[in-house]
Amino acid sequence: MTVSNISRSKASNRVVIKVPEIKNYTLNFGPQHPSAHGVLRLILEMDGETIVRADPHIGLLHRATEKLAESKPYNQSIPYMDRLDYVSMMCNEHSYVLALEKMLGVEVPIRAQYIRVMFDEITRILNHLMWLGAHALDIGAMTVFLYAFREREDMMDMYEAVSGARMHAAYYRPGGVYRDLPESMPLYEASKWHSQKEVDVKNQNRQGTLLDFIEDFTNRFPACVDEYEVLLTDNRIWKQRTVGIGVVSPERALQLGFTGPMLRGSGIEWDLRKKQPYEIYDQLDFEIPIGATGDSYDRYLVRIEEMRQSNSLIQQCIKWLRVNPGPVMLDDHKLVPPSREHMKDDMESLIHHFKLFTEGYALPEGEVYAAIEHPKGEFGIYLVSDGSNKPFRLKIRAPGFAHISALDEMVRGHMLADVVAIIGTQDIVFGEVDR
Amino acid sequence: MTNAADNTIDNTIDSTADKLATRFRDRFSDLLTVNVAFDEVTIEVAAKDVVQICTALRDEPEFAFTILIDLCAVDYLTHGQAEWETSAATGSGFSRGVTDRDIAQSAGGDPRRFAVVYHLLSVTNNIRVRVKVYLHEDAPIVDSVVDVWTGANWFEREAFDLYGVMFSGHPDLRRLLTDYGFIGHPFRKDFPLIGNVEMRYDAEKRRVIYEPVSIEPRTLVPKVIRDDQFTGHDGQQHKPQQGQQQGGDKSA
Repeated sequence: MTVSNISRSKASNRVVIKVPEIKNYTLNFGPQHPSAHGVLRLILEMDGETIVRADPHIGLLHRATEKLAESKPYNQSIPYMDRLDYVSMMCNEHSYVLALEKMLGVEVPIRAQYIRVMFDEITRILNHLMWLGAHALDIGAMTVFLYAFREREDMMDMYEAVSGARMHAAYYRPGGVYRDLPESMPLYEASKWHSQKEVDVKNQNRQGTLLDFIEDFTNRFPACVDEYEVLLTDNRIWKQRTVGIGVVSPERALQLGFTGPMLRGSGIEWDLRKKQPYEIYDQLDFEIPIGATGDSYDRYLVRIEEMRQSNSLIQQCIKWLRVNPGPVMLDDHKLVPPSREHMKDDMESLIHHFKLFTEGYALPEGEVYAAIEHPKGEFGIYLVSDGSNKPFRLKIRAPGFAHISALDEMVRGHMLADVVAIIGTQDIVFGEVDR
Repeated sequence: MTNAADNTIDNTIDSTADKLATRFRDRFSDLLTVNVAFDEVTIEVAAKDVVQICTALRDEPEFAFTILIDLCAVDYLTHGQAEWETSAATGSGFSRGVTDRDIAQSAGGDPRRFAVVYHLLSVTNNIRVRVKVYLHEDAPIVDSVVDVWTGANWFEREAFDLYGVMFSGHPDLRRLLTDYGFIGHPFRKDFPLIGNVEMRYDAEKRRVIYEPVSIEPRTLVPKVIRDDQFTGHDGQQHKPQQGQQQGGDKSA
């Protein structure tokens, strides 16, 4: 509010104060704002401190992934998938390779299915930790962010050990996964900055295989979740900022196209891992947490419980993977490149390799939709093929896109500070929203 | 278990998708055509019936498609056209790298150039369906389904932005993903991949300016269509799917 106009009436020499009529005003939020989770621009129409209307402007990270995919053979688009939702990389790949496999009519080896599920769940924890840290930081709790990143570091190491990259793995391939789990973990080396003693401590849980390292993590992780909960669950400020904020009724959640924790937070029990199981989810034991009130606090509780469930799923996969060796990739060289060794002395392998990398493989004509339970919701790939070696049309159904389109409805009537809490609870990542 | 004496079912396994397809045929009969491929049901409807059918799909308890999972447009220009003929032995090679090949141009007047595709999900019945509407190239207009599913709002804006498909009755049909002041619909097949303009900061004018694009289009891998490549894990050739969508088949 500005200072009221003060005018002096000459006749009476009295001070007359005219109170100006306060009208709604427009506020620009972002795109460069730490709480905008990337590049979100919001045009907020406000009545004082209250939001009357929010108009999100997206597309600042639009890279036309779908159009780029149309110009490339199928396999070359797998790395693009990592860069969609860049905090749950392997889950994006999973959806894409599932679509390809559905069209090709192939079934991947059982060990590859277990590895995929294990890494999907590692990715789910990875995503939820990023969400938890950022969400808490937005609302003013710094410590959680540091704790969450401490655990994320270990999981990045798992990614690196298996694929060679900390984030953009390109590990899932049509027909299986790129390679089997490694027998050893890379070790830290002593340097000018880190003494041998220090390094030995860090290397303690890296002496065995990758599975040993992951198992060690899953044994530690439940206590870590307890730590986050001690900081937040009964925290008065946390509750004041999330209870009753961004309430979505079950009917509205369906209408708005919500999926994943956003839908479950509103009390609808829907999880593709249970309802339309893919890979080997139907052989694993886990629960679907659901919320009661559909507010930000319930969605927080749902995601916390999902981390615990994921941890148990990883443990179940480890148990199976330890005793069941086997192939992790199909032995069909029309789809999967032959080994380097074979190429050296087998003419046919050489030809297969050449054809795969210069032309790729073709899919039958038709269209499929394949979806997975991504950490953020239903992540789907709609693929139209005209029988060639490149997708004719690739549509990425990103859960965050549907969620942020509901931002307007969710923030109306709330205060400006709650906008940040609601963006946080939606778990928005612009890589997938803009694509 | 089907009755062996029941000769109406001819040795095909009645999968869930087929059963669902039958339910659509029974309920809507002549309003739509139903296809089953890859265990998925696709129903094709006329543009004028979209809102009516979608409302029925949402409200009738035997369908109860309460969630619109996805809505997108497809441009069928160049569907089934390869960049390199390989059906017979070719004497010509394919020059990789920078090419000056013209991008696809439409002859115009195609009644099935665009399609709007709706993916629906029923949480209560645990079923999915794909609804497809083909639109005429000269007037790609279809009624908006925002009143059926609120979540359609942004999906329709995106389809309008990227493909230029109009949704009549949409409350706020603005561009969504492209830049402010963008010209054209970038995901159409006749829009070049490299775009038309590029932008940079001009130090003299002290503002960002747009210029015609300076890079050249590249095709590193030609698009080829081979008849003999559909081999799966079993090494068997996969037959073309029964009841396949015609897609860009212009004869339809």
